[in-house]
Amino acid sequence: MSATAKKQVHLAAQLPGIHNVTVWSDPRSGSQIAIDSFIRLAQTVERGRFDFFFLAEGLRLREHKGEVYDLDIAGRPENLTVLSALAAVTTHLGLVATVNATFNEPYEVARRFATLDRLSGGRAGWNVVTSYDAFTGENFRRGGFLPEADRYTRAAEFLTVARKLWDSWSESDLKADAVAGEFATSGAGRFAHRGQHFDISGRFTTPPGPQGHPVIVQSGESDAGREFAASDAEVIFSKHNRIDVAREFYRDVKRRLATYGRRPEDLLILPTANAIVADTDEEAAAYAQEVSRELVSPQTAIAHLEAVWGRDLSAYDPDGPLPGIEPEDDAHFLKGHSVFRKGRAETARQWRRLAEERNLSIRELVIEVGGRQTFVGSPRTVADAIDDYVQTGGADGFVLVPHLTPGGLDDFVDRVVPILQEKGVHRDDYTGTTLRDHLGLSAAPRPAGWGGPGRPPLGAASARPEGETR
Amino acid sequence: MTGTPDPTGTPDPTAVTNPTGATDPTGATDPTGATGTRGATGPEDAPAAAPGTTAAPLHLAVALDGAGWHPAAWREEGARPGELLDAVYWAGLVAEAERGLIDFVTFEDALGLQSAAFHLPDDRTDQVRGSIDAVLLAAHLAPLTTHIGLVPTTNVTHTEPFHLAIGIATLDHASRGRAGWRPQISSRAADAAHFGRRTTPQLTEDDVTDPESVSQPLRALFSEGAEAVEAARRLWDSWEDGAEIRDAATGRFLDRDKVHHIDFRGSGFSVKGPSITPRSPQGQPLVVSLAHATVPYEFAALSSDVVAVTPHDRPGAAAILAQVAEAVERTGRDVTERPLRTFADLVVFLDDEPGVAARRKARLDETAGAEFVSDAEIFTGTPTGLADLLLDWHSTGLDGFRLRPGTLPHDLTAITRSLVPELQRRGAFRTEYASTTLRGHLGLARPVSRYGRAG
Ligand SMILES: Cc1cc2nc3c(=O)[nH]c(=O)nc-3n(C[C@H](O)[C@H](O)[C@H](O)COP(=O)(O)O)c2cc1C
Repeated sequence: MSATAKKQVHLAAQLPGIHNVTVWSDPRSGSQIAIDSFIRLAQTVERGRFDFFFLAEGLRLREHKGEVYDLDIAGRPENLTVLSALAAVTTHLGLVATVNATFNEPYEVARRFATLDRLSGGRAGWNVVTSYDAFTGENFRRGGFLPEADRYTRAAEFLTVARKLWDSWSESDLKADAVAGEFATSGAGRFAHRGQHFDISGRFTTPPGPQGHPVIVQSGESDAGREFAASDAEVIFSKHNRIDVAREFYRDVKRRLATYGRRPEDLLILPTANAIVADTDEEAAAYAQEVSRELVSPQTAIAHLEAVWGRDLSAYDPDGPLPGIEPEDDAHFLKGHSVFRKGRAETARQWRRLAEERNLSIRELVIEVGGRQTFVGSPRTVADAIDDYVQTGGADGFVLVPHLTPGGLDDFVDRVVPILQEKGVHRDDYTGTTLRDHLGLSAAPRPAGWGGPGRPPLGAASARPEGETR
Repeated sequence: MTGTPDPTGTPDPTAVTNPTGATDPTGATDPTGATGTRGATGPEDAPAAAPGTTAAPLHLAVALDGAGWHPAAWREEGARPGELLDAVYWAGLVAEAERGLIDFVTFEDALGLQSAAFHLPDDRTDQVRGSIDAVLLAAHLAPLTTHIGLVPTTNVTHTEPFHLAIGIATLDHASRGRAGWRPQISSRAADAAHFGRRTTPQLTEDDVTDPESVSQPLRALFSEGAEAVEAARRLWDSWEDGAEIRDAATGRFLDRDKVHHIDFRGSGFSVKGPSITPRSPQGQPLVVSLAHATVPYEFAALSSDVVAVTPHDRPGAAAILAQVAEAVERTGRDVTERPLRTFADLVVFLDDEPGVAARRKARLDETAGAEFVSDAEIFTGTPTGLADLLLDWHSTGLDGFRLRPGTLPHDLTAITRSLVPELQRRGAFRTEYASTTLRGHLGLARPVSRYGRAG
């Protein structure tokens, strides 16, 4: 394909383990935990030449009114473990795990990502998140949580330390020279770090994989989050369901890159999205309508409202208007859900205004505010819309979250991807082997001489240390 | 509780302290030698727990580590030292073990670089250094295999029990019921410095010369390790079977009465639960531990489904089984409900022609510059000779053996292509896998969730 003139559309896929994003009641809906589901979706999107497979993380089951929240899909694997398994049944697809920086330690996390990068031949990515409440902390030694400001400084320092650990081996440290009897150099893996959150030193066990550093992903929309992304991340995973808001976010984040000496193409912005494809636009629209109502059952609508209002609203009619009463600040009402982050009173005000403007019932309102970007239509319509969104500066591509597990992207891959390929905005085949290759990112910064195992040193395709058998 | 990392030593290149007794990588401090003489001094009249040679099924596990358990193994012809940290090398080894119908393979691991000294890091460059995360490695191998059990080692001193529990449960999902877990404590100060949030007892040269004395300062780490396993087990039970109901009529995905907080409170940590990962195919993945003395026997009695021990001859095996039985009694474990399988560890150098394996080991020793000694008995000989030994020791009541190949792939291939057929000829080993889960291979039932039972 002569694709040179047009921006490429980057595509990724997520298999959701929580929230009301899949129609679990559909007879076609399979297990969200069985390995077959992960393999099936990953192999489907690899066939579609996607950049990566993505997993979110939540380290505690959500609770509502003091009990485990039971209305949405729930139950997920440990991310790096399942992605290591997927590395064995895929060959090119990037594998991106969300891993919290608040309830982990850098030595272990850096080691696990280096392992995934080795096992996958350079396909690892890390979505660095913090956590928003004390609730999750009750599962960990640290207990509780850190003040919000500290969570961000810890995350930044965590990443700094992880990079030191990845850089602690250079390629020439692993000799494996049987004749000379030298396996590794005596300095291999040596590191030391002293900072506000970490004071550690010693030797790191794991020479990094082909990418040196996994691709760093950020998700979070606050000003601090955007700065963190502009300075440190290579992909942003965002959520917008209006293109004007998406374009504004895109412009703002790309503008911030220059401050850190980076180019706009050094950070890709990939909002979460779904695609509902049918033979005709009309059929797709009807199905999309059905899906959105399936995703927000009457009970789910009330539960979401209760989360914001902080009080029992079970007496209200989901198909009626929003309650006239004011929210109460009961932080214990729904735990483990990001819905609190803006403050209840403000959120309630915004929701009520929106519902009045558009004459929305409770359920319609929850569908409206909870929705992700959804592309609906025939394969041609969907391909055109995605292309247009990317070409006009709304995003660099999308993380598609199918509404059915695991077959929800079959139609997209079989019917939309070929049109994107025809248009010259999506690769016909992989041109590289690492996730960095797929994303068009330059190699991670390295200590002098480092080229990464399995590939020649950058810019010096020859020089290999004597006795280096790799 | 006593006993622990066994300072009788094996060049276990990853050895840190094991909750049930790990190995001393130097071997230099071995007070008894590794020639199998120690067991000879054991009680001759120890009860033999099982009768006939081939009555009970014999189980075989293989312990995989680096290029093999001899410190010079990576320098052997046929070794692939440049690939020890890469997937394709391990995929080949595990496929070979599965061809041999092995019950399970174990993967060594530690959160510090390998060292020749049990309690200290070193600067040696002539031995294998570097490792990858064993749980992730095992998960990677899961889709590439169909029957063999996969048992990674993890540290339980510096890690989060919650993360470990969901990792092993995920391995069980990914392997469709073939996950095990070998929890291991870490006493090395150097490992603690990698985390910077606690200190661990600093062992001295004197401590590590004897398994009983080394265990004393580590008592607290062992009990914390047992707490980590208990927390994990509760998390594995925290979703009952059938918790996922997908009841479209009421809009409920879960039956929340079948999803439980575990409210675990230990001495150093607490875990609220429930797990984020639904109950896995085996319900309870298999916990395996290695033990050389009283403390780790008690750890095994509290925590394990399989305990690997290190006898040096048949009477020694019987004596150790008696000690394990005492530990089981002391902890009050009901072995009818929760059987404890016993395996004996052996380092093996195997060649078909008599004398060849011993000469090979001598040559490796020379390359290494020191005689290789181990916490476990070292067998050098023919597959037929090893079959004789295994059946003899098996008759003491051991359920099986965890064989540590001296060199890879040579000694693994000898196990799968010579030893296994020899045992099959004698009617002592399976000729095909009869089940697809690790519990199934060992004849262990899938437990019901404790929370379901409580009702
Ligand atoms: C699209 C999106 C996806 C997110 N996914 C996760 C996740 O999987 N796990 C998690 O703990 N936090 C997740 N977060 C939370 C963020 O990482 C971040 O901690 C939070 O949004 C606060 O950052 P902010 O104030 O910059 O928005 C996500 C946020 C967004 C916007």
